[in-house]
Parts: sequence; C-alpha cells; structure tokens
Amino acid sequence: MNTIFYITAAVAIIASLMAITNKNAIHALLYLILTLLSISVIFYTLGAPFIAALEVIVYAGAIMVLFIFVVMMLNVGLQEEVENRWLTPRKFLIPSLLAAILLILFMIALKDFRFENHPAIDVAPKEVGISLFTTYLIAVELSAILLLAGIVGAYHLGKQKKKVTHRFLVKQARIKK
Amino acid sequence: MMTVPLEIQILLAGILFLIGLVGLLVRRNIIYMLMSIELMLNSAAMVFIMGGAHWGQADGQVMFIFILTVSAAEVSVGLALILQMYHHYRTLDADSMKKLKDNKANANL
Amino acid sequence: MTKFIWLIPVLPLLSFLIIALFNRVIPRKAVAILGVGSVALSALITIIAGIRFLSSPPEGGAFTTIIYNWINAGGFSADIAFRIDALTLVFCFVITFVGALIHLYSVEFMEEDDDFARFFAYMNLFVSSMLILVLSNNLLLLYLGWEGVGLCSYLLIGFWYKDPANDYAARKAFIVTRIGDTFMIVGLFLLFVTFGTLNIDTLLHQAPLKWSSGSPVATIAALLLLGGALGKSAQLPLQTWLPDAMAGPSPVSALIHAATMVTAGVYLIARMNVLFILAPAVQLAIAMIGAATLLIAGFSALTQHDLKRVLAYSTISQIGYMFIALGVGAWSAAIFHFMIHAFFKALLFLGAGSIILLLHEEHDMHKMGGLRKKMPVVFWTFLIGGASLSALPLITAGFYSKDQILWFSLASGIGSKWLWLAGIAGALLTSLYTFRMIFLVFFGEAKTEPKHQPGLLMTIPLIVLAALSLLGGFIELPHNLGPVQLFSKLLNPLFPALNLNENGSPEWLIQLISAVIAIGGIYLAYLIFNKKSISSDIIEKSLLSHFFYQGWGFDRLYNKIFVKPLVWLSQIDKKDFVDKIYSSVARATSYSGALLSRTQSGRLRWYVMVMVGGLILLLTIMLNL
Repeated sequence: MNTIFYITAAVAIIASLMAITNKNAIHALLYLILTLLSISVIFYTLGAPFIAALEVIVYAGAIMVLFIFVVMMLNVGLQEEVENRWLTPRKFLIPSLLAAILLILFMIALKDFRFENHPAIDVAPKEVGISLFTTYLIAVELSAILLLAGIVGAYHLGKQKKKVTHRFLVKQARIKK
Repeated sequence: MMTVPLEIQILLAGILFLIGLVGLLVRRNIIYMLMSIELMLNSAAMVFIMGGAHWGQADGQVMFIFILTVSAAEVSVGLALILQMYHHYRTLDADSMKKLKDNKANANL
Repeated sequence: MTKFIWLIPVLPLLSFLIIALFNRVIPRKAVAILGVGSVALSALITIIAGIRFLSSPPEGGAFTTIIYNWINAGGFSADIAFRIDALTLVFCFVITFVGALIHLYSVEFMEEDDDFARFFAYMNLFVSSMLILVLSNNLLLLYLGWEGVGLCSYLLIGFWYKDPANDYAARKAFIVTRIGDTFMIVGLFLLFVTFGTLNIDTLLHQAPLKWSSGSPVATIAALLLLGGALGKSAQLPLQTWLPDAMAGPSPVSALIHAATMVTAGVYLIARMNVLFILAPAVQLAIAMIGAATLLIAGFSALTQHDLKRVLAYSTISQIGYMFIALGVGAWSAAIFHFMIHAFFKALLFLGAGSIILLLHEEHDMHKMGGLRKKMPVVFWTFLIGGASLSALPLITAGFYSKDQILWFSLASGIGSKWLWLAGIAGALLTSLYTFRMIFLVFFGEAKTEPKHQPGLLMTIPLIVLAALSLLGGFIELPHNLGPVQLFSKLLNPLFPALNLNENGSPEWLIQLISAVIAIGGIYLAYLIFNKKSISSDIIEKSLLSHFFYQGWGFDRLYNKIFVKPLVWLSQIDKKDFVDKIYSSVARATSYSGALLSRTQSGRLRWYVMVMVGGLILLLTIMLNL
C-alpha cells in the first residue's frame, strides 16, 4: 500500500506541475484530471473509498467536464501564441521563490508535531452518512441552499439575452463607446 | 496496510497546495487561475481526509463533502462569470480586469 | 380668567406662523387682517384680564398659569408658565395696545412694499416674543423672549436688506445687544447656581435670605443683569446701535426701538428689583448711567439732521430718565414714564414715518419745512407728541411722568442733587431738540411737497396716541396737585417702599423749576430756529456740534478699541496656527492613504502575491523564527 501511495503522490505532483505550466488549455485540463484521479487513489489508500469515488465522479467527472465545456466554447485552444507571450520562464521566478519559502516554513512547522505512527484507519461510508445526517444536518441544508444559489447565480450570469445584461456593465460599455 | 507517516501525507497536500498557488500567481489566463484554485481547494480537503483516517473519525470525510459542495458551486458561478467576461471584453486576461483599481487616490499622489 | 392668559402671546405667534407658512397663498388683505387682528385681539384679552385683575385682585398680587413643563433635567426645571401682576399688566397693555395701533398704521405705511407679508410676520413674531418676555414667570422663558425680540429687531432693521447699509445696521444692533445678552446669560447661570431655580418669585423671596445687602455675589449678579439691560435698552456704553437701528421701516422704529423692546431692560430691572436693592452700588451705577446717557444722547439729538435719528437719540435719553428712576428706587415712576413714553414716542415715530413716506423718503429735516399747512393732522399730533416729550406743564402726560422722576431723583433717599441737575439739564435739552425738530419740519418755508395726505389707517393711530399722550398723565398726579394716584397705587404693592429724603426742597419748587425749564427750552428753540434772532451756528455748524452729531465719537472709539484689534488678530490668525496641527495630521493621513492605495492596483494576481507575503510574515512570527 505504501508504494502505491508514493507512486500516486509522485504522479499527482508531476501532473499538477504539468497542468499549471501547459500552454494548451485542454492538455492542462487533462493533466489536472490526472492529478485528481491520483488524489482519488490516495484517498482509497487512506481508507476512504466513498470519498475516492466522489472525487472521481464529482471532480474529475462533473467539474472538469464543466471546465472543458467552457474551454471549448471559448476556443481557448487557439490562444497558444498569447500564452507564449504571457508565460515566460522569468514569470516563474518570484512565485516559485515565495512557494519555496512557504514550503520551508511549512516543513519547519510540521517538524514540531509528533504524530503517533499507526496505520490509517478505515472509515466506512455508513459512518460518514450517519454523521452527515445527524451532527451536520444543518450544514447539509445550508450547502443545499448554497448549491441552489449557485444554480440561480450561474443561470443568471450565464444567460445572454441581450448583449449587455448587467447595469454596471451597461454603463461601462457606454463609457467605452 | 497503509503506514505512511501523517507528516509525509500532509507534506504531499502542502506541495500540491503550493503548486496550485504558483499556478495562480503565474498564469494570466483566468481559466488557468480557476483551475489552480480547484487544485488548492482539493489539497486543502485532502488534509481533512488524512486527519480523519489518522484518528478514525467520520468528520474528516464529512468536511470533504462540504468542500466539494462549495467548490462545485464556486466553479459553476466562476465559469459563468468567465463566460460573461469573455463575452464583454473578448479576453481572458485577468490583468486587464482592473476596474477595482483606486484611480482617485493614485491621481492625488 | 387665568385660563386665557396664554392666548395673549399665542395669538400673534399663531398669526406669525400662518403668515410665514402661507404667505404665497393668502392675499394681502388677509395678511393685514391677520396681522392687525391677532394683536388687537391680544390687546382685548389684556384689557379684559386687566379689568378682572383690578376688580378682584388675586392673592399675592399675581395670577400664574403653567402651560407645560418645558425642561426638567438634573434638578433644573423650567416651565412655560405665565404670570400676570400689575407690572406685567402695564407692559402687556402697552405692547398689545400700542402694538395694535402701529400694526394698523403699518397696513397703510407698507402698502406698496413687496414684502408686505414678511413685514407682518416679523412684527407679529416680535409682539409674541415681547409678550413672552414680560409674561414669563421664570428667567429662562424670559430669556427666550429676550432673544426672540433681539432676533426680530435684527430682522426688521435689516428689513430692506437690499441696501448693504441696512444689513450693516442690523448686524451692529444684533452684535452690540449680544454683548449685553452674554452678560445676562452669565448672570442667569450665577443665579441658578446659587438658588437652584430661575423662578422669579422664588428668586425674589430667597435673595434677601441668602445674600446680605452689598455682598459681592449679589453685586456681581446685579451687575451681570444690568449688563443685559444696558444692551437691550441702549444705555451707556452700549447705546451705539440704536441710532443706526433707524434703518428699519418707521413702524418698526416706533414699536421696537421706541415703545417696547428697548424698555425691556427697564422691565428686567424693575422685575428683579430685590436683587438690585441688595446691591446698592449697582443701583447707584444705574442712576449714574441713566444720567450720563440722557445728557450724552440729548446733546447728540440736538445736532442730528435725520428726523428719525433725533427721535432715536431722544429715545436713548428718555430711557436714561427711566434708569435714573430705577436707580433711585422710584420703580413705579420709571414704569409710568415707560408707559407715557411709549405713547408719545410711538406717536412721534409714526408721525415722522408719515412725513418721510409722503416726502419721498426724505430724512433730512433741513430739506423739510412749512408742513404745518400741508399736513395739518400730522402737524397737530406731532406737536402734541413733541409737547409731551418736552414735558409741557400741566396739559401733557409727559410732564407728569417726567416731573415725578425729577422729584424722586432729588427726594429719594438714594437720590442726589447731581442726578436732579442732570435731569433738569436733560429736560432743557429735550425741549430744545424737540422744538428744533418741530420748527424745522413744520414751520418756515416749504421745501418739499408731500405726495398726498395720510390716509385714515395712518391718522387714526396718530390721533389715538395723541389723545393718550395728553390724557395719559392724569391717572397719576403729583401729590400736591390732586389725589389721583391710580398708577402708583396699582404698582406700589409690587415694589419695596421708597425712603424719602425728609429735609429736601419743597415739591412745588421742583415742579416750578422743571416747568420753567421746559417752557424756557421751547422758547429758546423758538428764538433760534423760528425767529432766528439767535444764531443757530453753534448747533448746526460748529466743531463741537460735529462731535455731538457723531454720537460723541463712540462709534469711532469702539472701532479703534474693539473692532480694529479683533480684525487685526483675526488677520494674523487667518491661517490658524492650531488648525495647522490638525490639518497636518489630516494631510499625513490622506497622504499615507494615497500611498497605500497604490497597492490597490486592481490586479488579482498582485493581491494574491500580497496575501502570500502576509502569510509568510504571519507564519514566521507564529513559529518564532
């Protein structure tokens, strides 16, 4: 099991690095999906099969499909030259430096913790379900409302009845003209 | 049987988070920025799962489900916003969206 | 009857509100009816109240009616409460009755003015404030009325605000009286701190218990109140505003700057008499200020060219007489002179107003003349007013009131022959300037033709006031002439008794002297200004007369002492030093704000970068690195 963990971890890291550096949007998305899939495997090794399934279904399935739809709609694939202009190696310098500092700090912080070294404990989906619908019932209902709001918001923002839909944007468009 | 120490697991989540962060900082294309945010969210949720597995509690997975919900809502609204943005400005350049800049104060200085 | 007292000030107030709010809607005629009617109705109620008061005097000599609890906080309580006693009754009667006549006169006087409604609104507000002043049972409400009349005075002096000179006069009046008002409010604070109440009755009862005669606190309190009275009544050294106040319409001069408001100081001193008796030094100061003022103003009146300015200085001078009376403790004599003065001075101002209006706004007496035949009604009434002012013996009311003051100034225990001499000299001056005015305006050759005769609305008030100026004196005769002393019988219970100086001169001699002086002054005026057998150069052209003409140079003096240094100081302080400190703080804030807002580049990735920087900083601190 440990080997599987290390392999998938490496895959996840490499795939995510590819995802953020790739200049082709579809390719980047596919690398991201690969990352998510490896994360899902890690979840499985951690003894959370239900979550691993959810990761595949919701993230890699639903959310990434949304991304791909949008990318295809906007024809971002044709933007490769623009990306070339935007994404020069020098741009990586400062963010990487910051990330490296953060990583060092993170490791220093982690060093001080002494966790008991024991195997991961399986948590069955049944326990999750019971906890979800007893202790966290209100949170579940709130997320339901959040999703509803997301649907309404996405519908409102996504529809293109007129060329300009928002008051503020109308004004801006006028000023631009 | 999985016996990787928790520190290593969390380190993995941290590395993924930082990769997402670098992506957020580096990319100008707003779709990539959204993708990086997804990655960051995911790595944060990962820590919950790891904690839950370490202590054998269901709460970690419950939290993951909530984060999943939130990110689903966020992505749908965010993508709709990107659509609108592209519709109006014909660009996906995050740096060209500078309407929030404090022009007046800059003019004073 | 106490139920209806509150109507007296409320009726004019109501009328003010209606006119002020609806002046665009209601026609002129309605404005006139409202304006005059409300004051006339108040006068009627006052008269009814007066009759009730006389027929069945209330216990303790006063009706009090509490309308409502105005302020009640932290041990301080003031009511809106009205109190009617004999003193109030006299003032109310004069205010409403003379006020009603002047309002009636104004209907015709202001006929062609564009701001007819505004005029009546202000006048009604004035009458209401003045009535609140005299009716209130506590000093706070009195102060409300006091400031109210000050405000109306300001508004009405500057009524023709398009001329900057009028605005200047209005501001001057307001600021100069404000000096007095400041003294007065400080005095009120002092009284409140000492007694814990501003109720007049309580104050007057407690003052002798708490303060011994001549104690420093009592003196300070009396001085502060006197300061207020001096400002309002235009006495030395705050007299400079009144001559300039003549910039307002003539009815305003008649009502506010002659008959009622300027005597508010007299009312205040008479009302707070106990306090002043406790401070003999202040009382003496009142008499001396009165004497000095009456002489200074008398000389100035003698040299003025402007008809209304003569009357203004004359008003200052006559109030000086009232102050002498107050100073020597002849309270009822002061009030009596106030009433008679209100009659004849209102009459003179209204007469002067008619002359000026009908002579095309001509104010200079030297350009008038010969109006005796042209305007007979005005002439005769003016003559009666003038005779009353110069105290023509026996037939005019002014004689009885002034003679009483002169007699008390000598005979009172506090009086002295110096006060009397000043009064006599003032009497000579009074008859001289009065008849100078009359001879210059009505005799000699005509220089300006009047437009037309004054109408009925203007002549009726003149005639009524003339009748009062003649007959008003007969309710109070000197002791040796007849047993009629209605006025002092009414008022004396209110005031402390007056100690007479036993070994003084006989009363008849004093009366004779003042009678001779009055007639002598008139004859002198006749010789100088009508027969011209004595040169009038000393009055009209000499350097001294120029000095008098400018009001003894008080304006210039005050300008030098107060105005110039103040302007100089404020010029220096234009760029306020203290402000600099605060503005530099503000500038530093806004500068650093602008600096910080540079970070608001509007670029999302920049924000993220800053967040990461903050995160690094926080982690470093939290890990104690």
